[in-house]
Amino acid sequence: MSASAVFVLDLKGKVLICRNYKGDVDMSEIDHFFTLLMQQEEEGLLCPVMSHGNVHFLWIKHSNLYLVATTNKNSNASLVYSFLYKLVEVFTEYFKELEEESIQDNFVVVYELLDELMDFGFPQTTDSKILQEYITQQGNKLEVAKTKVPTTVTNAVSWRSEGIRYKKNEVFIDVIESINVLVNANGSVMSSDIVGSIKLKTMLSGMPELRLGLNDRMLFALTGRDKGKTVTMEDVKFHQCVRLSRFESDRTISFIPPDGESELMSYRINTHVKPLIWIESVIEKFSHSRVEIMVKAKGQFKKQSVANNVEIRVPVPSDADSPKFKTSTGHAKYVPEKNLVVWSIKSFPGGKELLMRAHFCLPSVENHETEGRPPITVKFEIPYFTVSGIQVRYMKIIEKSGYQALPWVRYITQSGDYQLRTNT
Amino acid sequence: MTDSKYFTTTKKGEIFELKAELNSDKKEKKKEAVKKVIASMTVGKDVSALFPDVVNCMQTDNLELKKLVYLYLMNYAKSQPDMAIMAVNTFVKDCEDLNPLIRALAVRTMGCIRVDKITEYLCEPLRKCLKDEDPYVRKTAAVCVAKLHDINAQLVEDQGFLDTLKDLISDSNPMVVANAVAALSEIAESHPNSNLLDLNPQTINKLLTALNECTEWGQIFILDCLASYLPRDDRESQSICERVTPRLSHANSAVVLSAVKVLMKFMEMLPKDLDYYGTLLKKLAPPLVTLLSAEPELQYVALRNINLIVQKRPEILKHEMKVFFVKYNDPIYVKLEKLDIMIRLASQANIAQVLAELKEYATEVDVDFVRKAVRAIGRCAIKVEQSAERCVSTLLDLIQTKVNYVVQEAIVVIKDIFRKYPNKYESVIATLCENLDSLDEPEARAAMIWIVGEYAERIDNADELLESFLEGFHDESTQVQLQLLTAIVKLFLKKPTETQELVQQVLSLATQDSDNPDLRDRGYIYWRLLSTDPVAAKEVVLAEKPLISEETDLIEPTLLEELICHIGTLASVYHKPPSAFVEGSRGVQHKRLPPRAGSGESTESPDVGQSGPSEAPPAVIPSQGDLLGDLLNLDLAPPTATVPSVQPSMQMGAMDLLGGGLDSLMGDESDTLGGDIGGSPSMGAGLGAAPAAMPASLGGAPAVGGGLGDLFDLGGGVGMPTGSYVAPKTVWLLAMKAKGLEISGTFARRGGIIQMDLSLTNKAMSVMTDFAIQFNRNSFGLAPAGPLQVLTPLSPNQTIDVSLPLSTSGPVMKMEPLNNLQVAVKNNIDVFYFSCQYPLSLLFVEDGKMDRQVFLATWKDIPNDNEAQFQIKDIHLNSDVASNKLQGSNIFTIAKRTVEGQDMLYQSVKLTNGIWVLAEMRIQTGNPNYTLSIKCRAPEVCPFVYQCYELVLKN
Repeated sequence: MSASAVFVLDLKGKVLICRNYKGDVDMSEIDHFFTLLMQQEEEGLLCPVMSHGNVHFLWIKHSNLYLVATTNKNSNASLVYSFLYKLVEVFTEYFKELEEESIQDNFVVVYELLDELMDFGFPQTTDSKILQEYITQQGNKLEVAKTKVPTTVTNAVSWRSEGIRYKKNEVFIDVIESINVLVNANGSVMSSDIVGSIKLKTMLSGMPELRLGLNDRMLFALTGRDKGKTVTMEDVKFHQCVRLSRFESDRTISFIPPDGESELMSYRINTHVKPLIWIESVIEKFSHSRVEIMVKAKGQFKKQSVANNVEIRVPVPSDADSPKFKTSTGHAKYVPEKNLVVWSIKSFPGGKELLMRAHFCLPSVENHETEGRPPITVKFEIPYFTVSGIQVRYMKIIEKSGYQALPWVRYITQSGDYQLRTNT
Repeated sequence: MTDSKYFTTTKKGEIFELKAELNSDKKEKKKEAVKKVIASMTVGKDVSALFPDVVNCMQTDNLELKKLVYLYLMNYAKSQPDMAIMAVNTFVKDCEDLNPLIRALAVRTMGCIRVDKITEYLCEPLRKCLKDEDPYVRKTAAVCVAKLHDINAQLVEDQGFLDTLKDLISDSNPMVVANAVAALSEIAESHPNSNLLDLNPQTINKLLTALNECTEWGQIFILDCLASYLPRDDRESQSICERVTPRLSHANSAVVLSAVKVLMKFMEMLPKDLDYYGTLLKKLAPPLVTLLSAEPELQYVALRNINLIVQKRPEILKHEMKVFFVKYNDPIYVKLEKLDIMIRLASQANIAQVLAELKEYATEVDVDFVRKAVRAIGRCAIKVEQSAERCVSTLLDLIQTKVNYVVQEAIVVIKDIFRKYPNKYESVIATLCENLDSLDEPEARAAMIWIVGEYAERIDNADELLESFLEGFHDESTQVQLQLLTAIVKLFLKKPTETQELVQQVLSLATQDSDNPDLRDRGYIYWRLLSTDPVAAKEVVLAEKPLISEETDLIEPTLLEELICHIGTLASVYHKPPSAFVEGSRGVQHKRLPPRAGSGESTESPDVGQSGPSEAPPAVIPSQGDLLGDLLNLDLAPPTATVPSVQPSMQMGAMDLLGGGLDSLMGDESDTLGGDIGGSPSMGAGLGAAPAAMPASLGGAPAVGGGLGDLFDLGGGVGMPTGSYVAPKTVWLLAMKAKGLEISGTFARRGGIIQMDLSLTNKAMSVMTDFAIQFNRNSFGLAPAGPLQVLTPLSPNQTIDVSLPLSTSGPVMKMEPLNNLQVAVKNNIDVFYFSCQYPLSLLFVEDGKMDRQVFLATWKDIPNDNEAQFQIKDIHLNSDVASNKLQGSNIFTIAKRTVEGQDMLYQSVKLTNGIWVLAEMRIQTGNPNYTLSIKCRAPEVCPFVYQCYELVLKN
């Protein structure tokens, strides 16, 4: 059904740790993995699934590690990849960083986790908060009090333990919208969308029932209300705590939240977004002598708003040298290892137009390697504002003890995949 | 302090030291020692020698230590099965521990110890754990049943664990339900025919309830299991869909894909005019698009599946073109897949945008991606007629970049555009010709040569261009050689006056200096064609070309249906059925989509337009010499006239040449036919028929092979020895269902050897290689007695005839109908499946003549219930001729009796598996209807024996 065995390999293909779940694939098959990988890399045709004989390798890479699952069946590939990414998530929460060293430093816990996360190829409990209740790094001394499996493991509510206590009951809600834009060299917007995410930091006692109200157009249409601005969400994805069938029937977002930080939901809005920071660039390349770059950035958002930590990354040829910059605001820096000029602007008010000029020399000997034409990318953050106009209308919190709890809401718009293609 | 310290002890005598430490009295030291052992195990050292010492540490109240020891056991128990028994007691004890964590740990680990001896001790603890009060233990025990089944299936069945597992589907805890479903599905997979899951509306309802409550993984198990259910009607189908759709909002991509699988499958049952059907279609698009924001590997899986979904239901994503635009930082595998889907979604509405994007991609640096982008532009041109002009000009722009691989790729696609829109864009030929020298890839060279040949009359220096290729003829790849041969023949037919020398040169290069049979065959055919009937040659070589299809790489519909049933799995990623890459799954039934309710829409639409060999009467060679006659004499004297003149002697020359050629061409074939045909007049007549018999589908590469196949058939008809009747070949596998591979065939029994005669025709645009064949188990154990002998690659439009000897020693399984044979043929492209039926006479052995006495006894012995009567109508043969005819097919007449003007023939037949069939045939003089009574201990064969009688007597 899914994985026969899971391996963690270092960058040279050496197995750091592994777990054989089903025993139907020879564990030595993993030796072929790295050879295949190298072969594919050489041909430039890397693929996340590889096979050798009737053994299939499904793999992902994380920092300096390969996580590989083997199988000889028609496994559910999406499940395997989801699981591998879940492994990364769990290990990261346990060890802060998941890398070669942390695997070695914690191999006992890694084995324990591998044992608990999957059984006979079937993923089991993978919620790290719950796992941490019974798999700890301090050697689990068996005490009389601890003779019970956290009921959470098998509960219908498998993401929150009972008996959580806070002095002050609060929920922090972050509404973060990322703007994805792809602009063609001639300035036309090829595609744009908004990917929103609502993140919670829950500090609530007991088993609270929460209900989140958004200005969701579908909800308003259902309830027959028609006031103010509403938002059409193209696709919504929820944390498993949200009752999906309830949402499906009446668009109510009701849930018992996990404790601490979590992503409650994400949504996608497919409307045409005006690029918040508009870039016009002229990159002139004079072979054998120089490159001249002129970048004009314009804040196409309200005057009252300010974009923070703006970074405009402009590609330059790999053989350029002797950079010279001139900026109207902020400062520009050459990052040779990435072949980029990074123009940073601490705060960029709406409606303003800023300018940067750069000058590079080119060697007289032409570079033979053809280079790609990477796009200009932009990073920014605009607080107190969402492009879509989505709003949290209410967050109802009901717990049987009847405490009063306060929700805090914060809105941020930021750049997502924000690319502008260039001419040269 | 981290665990890494445990890895650092590499002293000599380590094992000895560890042994001492393991046996220490101090708990802490013991634990440290076990950790060191595990550390050594992790780095791959063999620490199996410590087995008894480690097992001694098993009895501990320290959970961490216990887990480590268990881990050690899992790793080494298999290599030390006897010692593993030592651990059993502790396991059994642990399964009764007060702590559910320990009970679960014990039962989980025990299942992982794949030692047969242990399994019997496992049963009792497992039984208890399956009924444990703690759901954590029950869910672990559920999985353990699957583990045990994997080691000893019989034991699991005998112990009734399967029933307990089924009961767990009704468990109150959703996690337990999910694991029970997962375990049952896993077990069912290895028993495809067991009705283990036994899904019915009640269990489905339980599953759907659990679906809302279990973990993301549990949801996947349940959804995957639901996907294998076949709802009773469209209403049940709809209600399941309604309860599954909320899963589309799950954050886990795998849950979403499994839900998509269920919906895509059950949707098939909904009437298309149903409102809900439309709603469902609309609901599917957004989650599919969102999958593209997942991690790249998941995006890849999603894209491969979207590729299938777009082929099955294009309407779902037709407005979502933009999301498939390639991002600069996408990994290459994502880029290539996106591109594929972009082409599939391209339509008149979005073509402008698509083209702009493709042009952008074509200037990137990644070679594979750029090539595919250029190819995509060509495909757009073919798909969306309105865009063709823009596509061509875009391609010309790209050719101007002079980037070598871009130019080559562009030329390849321009060839296809010419095919699709003849006489429209030929003005660009001049530009193409400028790039002739830079072409170094066979495909591009072949394309360019095709263009030159096809438009020879418009290219002034076509002969020079083609001649330039001729110099290095033998260094070219087959593809180019074949194309060059055809192009020059075309040129010759168009401009005969200036190109005689050229055509003669190429013909001799192809026929005399080449070792490649394909090339030689084609060369001879052209030569022959030109020498006998230039008019016919013109008709054949310059025939109108069939249209090329708009969509390429479409997955054959039955395979597509099967893959839709496997959404999210490896099969959907590979675009191959699981049987193609999973061992031991060949007998497994292929998954199919459920039939649509209400409407009589059948999933299979048999293509009636069979393209069998045309039965045109062979044209007699006109006794005239011609141009080619001259050509043949060129060595001696240069041609003086281009006007054909009557020169009978010349024709003889041609005959000789062909006679010699044929000997080598016929090869084994001529042996089996037993006729000495080469050069004989009758064969000459056969050859004369070639032009007429050649299919009209002569594209850039004429189906010369096909023509030859027909020739041999004709020849076979002439020199047929007496013997069993062989039915003409029928098409078994349609090209459209097999990515261009067409298979027709028949069965024959020749001298006691069963043969399957196949004609493989390549109707695709690329060469096929690596053929192999396999049969499914069948009623009489027919199996290939050797590999499928297709030694040369099968070029486009070529046909190869092969005879595959069969044995009857293969595995047996009763088929429905009895004489059904399921065949899988593999080539470099894919695996294809078809089924065909063989005449039972194939299995009638030569020593099937029964002794008279035995016959009488047997006839009486077989109960009358087993007797079947049949009428054979319209036979105008007397009994002797009939019995002779039947004898040819190993139906032996043992006795003949004449009673009241009725001839009674008593006959016997013996099948390869030793079954005897007795028959009585009554022939009344003057009555063309025979009465046949057949008796056999296996009465189900009777109708098939009757069929053979009919076939033999009527042919």
